[in-house]
Amino acid sequence: MNEKALPLPETGSVRPVALSFQDRLAAQLPKLVLAPTVIVTLVAVYGYMIWTGLLSFTSSRILPSWKFIGTAQYSKLMENDRWGVSVENLIIFGGLFILVCLVLGVLMAILLDQKIRAEGALRTIYLYPMAISFIVTGTAWKWLLNPGLGLQKTIRDWGFESFTFDWLVNPDMVVYCLVIAAVWQSSGFVMALFLAGLRGVDQEMIKAAQLDGASMPMIYRRIILPSLKPVFFSAFVILSHIAIKSFDLVAALTGGGPGYSSDLPAIFMYQHAFTRGQMGLGAASAMVMLGGVLAILVPYLYSELRSKKNG
Amino acid sequence: MVKPQKTLNQQLLRYGLYVLLGVAALVYLLPLWVMLLTSLKDVEEIRNGTLLSLPGTINFDAWSKAWSGACTGSTCDGIAPFFANSFRIVIPAVLISTLVGSLNGYVLSLWKFRGSEILFGAMLVGCFIPFQVILLPMARMLAMLGLANTVTGLVLVHITYGIAFTTLFFRNFYVGLPKELISAARLDGAGFFFIFRRVVLPLSTPIIVVCVIWQFTQIWNDFLFGVVFSGAQTQPVTVALNNLVNTSFGGKEYNVDMAAALIAALPTLLVYVLAGKYFVRGLTAGAVKG
Amino acid sequence: MKTLKTCLSGIALSVACATASAGEVEVLHYWTSGGEAAAVNVLKQEMEDAGHTWTDFAVAGGGGESAMTVLKSRAISGNPPSAAQIKGLDIQEWGELGFLTSLDDVATAGNWDSLLPEVVSDVMKYDGHYVAVPVNVHRVNWLWANPEAFKKAGVEIPTTWEQMIEVGPKLKAAGIIPLAHGGQAWQDATTFEAIALAEGADFYRKAFVEHDDATLKGETMVKVLTTFKKMRDLIDADSSGRDWNVATSMVINGQAAMQIMGDWAKGEFTAAGKTPGTDYVCVAAPGTADMFTFNIDSLAMFTQSDDSRVQAQKDLAKMVMDPKFQETFNLNKGSIPARQGMDRTPFDSCAHDSMDAFTVSAEKGTLVPSMAHGMATSSRVQGAIYDVVTNYFNASDMSAEDAADKLARAVKATL
Repeated sequence: MNEKALPLPETGSVRPVALSFQDRLAAQLPKLVLAPTVIVTLVAVYGYMIWTGLLSFTSSRILPSWKFIGTAQYSKLMENDRWGVSVENLIIFGGLFILVCLVLGVLMAILLDQKIRAEGALRTIYLYPMAISFIVTGTAWKWLLNPGLGLQKTIRDWGFESFTFDWLVNPDMVVYCLVIAAVWQSSGFVMALFLAGLRGVDQEMIKAAQLDGASMPMIYRRIILPSLKPVFFSAFVILSHIAIKSFDLVAALTGGGPGYSSDLPAIFMYQHAFTRGQMGLGAASAMVMLGGVLAILVPYLYSELRSKKNG
Repeated sequence: MVKPQKTLNQQLLRYGLYVLLGVAALVYLLPLWVMLLTSLKDVEEIRNGTLLSLPGTINFDAWSKAWSGACTGSTCDGIAPFFANSFRIVIPAVLISTLVGSLNGYVLSLWKFRGSEILFGAMLVGCFIPFQVILLPMARMLAMLGLANTVTGLVLVHITYGIAFTTLFFRNFYVGLPKELISAARLDGAGFFFIFRRVVLPLSTPIIVVCVIWQFTQIWNDFLFGVVFSGAQTQPVTVALNNLVNTSFGGKEYNVDMAAALIAALPTLLVYVLAGKYFVRGLTAGAVKG
Repeated sequence: MKTLKTCLSGIALSVACATASAGEVEVLHYWTSGGEAAAVNVLKQEMEDAGHTWTDFAVAGGGGESAMTVLKSRAISGNPPSAAQIKGLDIQEWGELGFLTSLDDVATAGNWDSLLPEVVSDVMKYDGHYVAVPVNVHRVNWLWANPEAFKKAGVEIPTTWEQMIEVGPKLKAAGIIPLAHGGQAWQDATTFEAIALAEGADFYRKAFVEHDDATLKGETMVKVLTTFKKMRDLIDADSSGRDWNVATSMVINGQAAMQIMGDWAKGEFTAAGKTPGTDYVCVAAPGTADMFTFNIDSLAMFTQSDDSRVQAQKDLAKMVMDPKFQETFNLNKGSIPARQGMDRTPFDSCAHDSMDAFTVSAEKGTLVPSMAHGMATSSRVQGAIYDVVTNYFNASDMSAEDAADKLARAVKATL
């Protein structure tokens, strides 16, 4: 793929002085167009990150104050039991959520790609959860997962007396409830991404492989799925964005409970910074979280963007 | 992919497939179904019945109350007044962020320059910054600009944090456009904006649809920015919904809560149902290609 | 006409009436449930009758979590509301940061010092100046009981925690959940502090006001934590995340026998058409008769630059202290007026009990600030206690000794 900038076009009939000015302007135009975004990103992403970073070294309580106290907030954070739980939860939740969404997304896309009748309707049904926030569906989910109200009770009422599904109120299992609800919301979107990817796969290649006597599973494994690598990339970026920012989900579904067993870093940070008057500690937790995320993502983004450039 | 052959085995497999997809559809619909059922019951039925029991008589009282009569704080006008606020925020924010995203994507794919890839990568980091972190510095920044607690300010915030995604969408789409188109136009002496308007933009419909749907959903559903950066008179519908659900006069009216939630979700649901076809088509057209 | 009346009732503040024109007050609050909103509307109406504009900024939910976020961003952008619902020690924090305005002129004119009990006025003052107005005094250490349920199980309403644990199995045997509870950190803490209070007001103060390390990890605390954990057996399995008013409705409809909750729970009983004494009973939480854990709601006043807004703000402060508002608000909210010497007749028997307990406990020295509701400690320390308490209450394998140790460490880390 040749993506090098193309040579500047001849502009013909314009007078020489104006031409060189226009040329120069034209040459800078792409950069000028990008400039506002770059400036906004510098300020509103990197600037604020630095601001938060600085804040994490202060003793700020209910509002920022610039009394620097070194790394005390970080050592407090490391000693905080609840922070440990929330980080562990993010790893379990994020990992499972991304994995299950990808697997389910691919699977549903493949199934839906079998020239299904009513594909449009089914697709919309799988996709619609993405349209609604947990502020809207939170209560319904809370009911469904609550053993005394929802699925457990309903199925027991149907006569399966020993059916148990009490993850929502079980500190050891509650994080999997979060995974279920989050997968419900996002897997349809991932399915749509993959469905679109499948539709874009070169049909000639598949026909050729079939002529060579390859079976369908083999074709999926060897030809189709590898060609969907860019889709995996987009899906991964979007899913990790959702996982890291999961806030409404926890707030609506469990409020972090039972105890703080379903706490996530986003909730931890928000509560400490805004409701508990520990802005310094909140800032420190934000920095640790951001650092962790970037440590995983940057190499991935880098390798993906690089390989695309070369490929 | 393959033309179904009508052997018995194939036939059975196909039935199995439909059953599987159907069951999955039911699972996906379950929460929505519960909400809908609840919104149609009266309070008594909710208290005594089970989650999935059907309402005795269908009545839309809860819906009309949620729309125009329920209390959100100390005013009791339902969530209707807040709908307009949401649209006033969403429309400019979606349009501008989409436009900026398309221009950015255009530069980052077809007018690359030294370091543009790094800039793109740097922009993507913006996708991962937790929004809770930026609330306070943003509040101060908006105050400096004289935009604290205004609709304009809130729109600006949404644009700022939406650009990373719109740029990602458009850039990945434009990378897949045939290079010949652009180089031919440039040889003809067409300039940066001319090519964008006449060549690139007309090809962009699918990705514009994707982008608009994504942004519309994100911004419509936003609560955090809405509650923090809007003024008392300009709160979006999500904030009103939150107030409504938390406002009770003894005994929670779950039917009204559910109706309000469904009403608040209607615009995004409608967008997905109506534009869903174009959504997948738009993604197919290249949004997800690297 | 109404304007005139309002002016007459506050004749001491004739200045306010003379200039009572077109000022705006913006009020950030989270009074949205159980009749609170109706009470706020009374205030709004009075302000509007006096010619002011009331801009309502209600941010409901989460015990004011979102409201505090909004307040902070407003403050940092130099644009704070006229008044915000802030309470307890957080008033001191905001005062320290220089955001609050002095209400001394209104207070002197209205003679607040003689109208408010000292425990209340202390909370309202920063550095000796009034910066906030109290709207009510809640008693937190209440036990709400359904007498029908107790009759059914053939047991008496418990007056000590030992009795509480004893009646549990009998209520269960009758098919009744002994204790209605919502598994949220603040509700866990509300129960916990009631049990701690039963060990005496001195112990309570040492632990939650003075944060004495030895007390926090001492033997008595271990005992409190052990009793606290036993409450687990009296609660149904599905309590996690349940809202307090859902728990209250379980008592109302007889599904559960008791709830430990502040007097805001009364609003739910009233709304369900129940009468105190017959349909439900309000008694002091076990072992805390003649003791009073107070929780005061208040509006803190933020410095405004615009003159007409300042005037409107002062009028607001005056109206909050007005007997009429104090009465309406507290009838709706279940609490008792912060203002003393008011007519008792409109209030019900629970409120009377609360008023008496307030007086008695003040004399006996058993009037203590609520830890669970931000009266005893700053939100920092409160948060630290919440975390340990809720984690211990929900953990399957933590000993009371461990919990006490963690409690002491967590509190120390925030000081």
